[in-house]
Amino acid sequence: MILLVPLAPGWEAVKKSFFNAEVFARTFPGLLEAFLLDVAIFAWSAPLIFILGLLIALARDVRAPALYPLRLFGIVYTDIFRGVPVILVIYLIGFGVPGLGLPRPWNSPYIWGTVALVLTYAAYVAEVFRTGIESIHQSQRSAAASLGLSSADTMRFVILPQAVRRVVPANMNLFIALQKDVALLSFIGPVEIFRQAGVYKSLLANFTPYVGAALIFLAITIPATRYADYLLNRQLRERS
Amino acid sequence: MPKLEARGVWKSFGRNEVCRGIDLSVSEGEMVCLIGASGSGKSTLLRCLNLLEPIDDGEIWLDGMDISTPGLDPQPVRQRIGMVFQSFNLFPHMTAVENVMLAPSRVKKLTRDQLLPEVSQLFGRFGLTDRMQHYPDQLSGGQQQRVAIVRALAMRPEIMLFDEITSALDPELVGEVLDVLRQLRNEGMTMVLATHEMGFARELADKVCFLDQGVILEEGSPEQVFGAPEKDRTRAFLKRVL
Repeated sequence: MILLVPLAPGWEAVKKSFFNAEVFARTFPGLLEAFLLDVAIFAWSAPLIFILGLLIALARDVRAPALYPLRLFGIVYTDIFRGVPVILVIYLIGFGVPGLGLPRPWNSPYIWGTVALVLTYAAYVAEVFRTGIESIHQSQRSAAASLGLSSADTMRFVILPQAVRRVVPANMNLFIALQKDVALLSFIGPVEIFRQAGVYKSLLANFTPYVGAALIFLAITIPATRYADYLLNRQLRERS
Repeated sequence: MPKLEARGVWKSFGRNEVCRGIDLSVSEGEMVCLIGASGSGKSTLLRCLNLLEPIDDGEIWLDGMDISTPGLDPQPVRQRIGMVFQSFNLFPHMTAVENVMLAPSRVKKLTRDQLLPEVSQLFGRFGLTDRMQHYPDQLSGGQQQRVAIVRALAMRPEIMLFDEITSALDPELVGEVLDVLRQLRNEGMTMVLATHEMGFARELADKVCFLDQGVILEEGSPEQVFGAPEKDRTRAFLKRVL
């Protein structure tokens, strides 16, 4: 490809508008700065997703018949938020809720965009946690019950610590995906890196800023992916 | 009055009737051994006795109280009945001493420091003092099973149930676990064992029950059951295993 693409008739034009060194140097610092907003949104979404995902997973695990509504809620929740494209949730919540005419700062797209991401990703994280919880052998619950531990204590001290550890690699992969999906918030307003790249593009009539943005994402996601793979492999070795 | 008693216990999983009307009576300080082929209902009976499995019919009495009443909170009952499993079931993310302390600290609301003297003494009694800080996967099978016994004893149970606790062990490790049982026997612990260790049952049991297809076909003293079995099926079973 590296050999053939430059032979295409439009290559010179593409090179000028996508791989322009001068534009790259001019826009890169601005892009990096905008990327800090992505990082910030990620940083405050991630713990919320972790907590909400865990709660949903726990709701789906309740076994008492009296708490069935809780369980049903968990099921409906994951069905809905895994079934709708992220960008649609961002649009609906990001434009819909501020449209209610809430006072500042509650009309901010930062808040509602983040909420949309949290709601969506929590559904995926919940499924990962649930897989982890179900992967813990029934005999662990039996042992805990035989000691007279309550089911809440059994979950908290026996099942969850094992389950959460077991699904670290799977969750890492979800959080890598989240890091990229933060860019979707650009559609409802926040000037994060993708939008900043768009601004530069319009300003300079050049697409190079998008390439710069892609490189910045890769600089974060490639090491994170490698690390997740490393954790996964280590876990596979430990269990075999 | 029996310490623990099963009256006409029925239990099925789907269409598979595992216990079909079992009567069993265990007196204080007694050691009862349940023998019989795999699938004869020994393990299920034990799990019913400490309410790990809800029973379909019949009653279970502990100290003159019907503990199988629907709606009864099983936790306080289970705190009085210890159980040890075939596959140890230690919590792999906790050290041996953490395994042992978890239930007493949560249930009895005691701190680590309050528990440590008693727990250390238990570890010492079963020759595990230098293994307290080890994780289960750093212990041999025999050591893991002894820790599991210590874990159950730390709740100061009135009765101990043992579900084929030597079946998953390498032959050379069986002895150290049986020694623990012997020790408990000498201390007067009330015990119910499902076991394949016929020699051990013969040596130490007060009562031996032969289970076959979900009922107790024959029971009596070890001399009776091993020495002069009355039923053909008991004789056939003993012939196969001895």
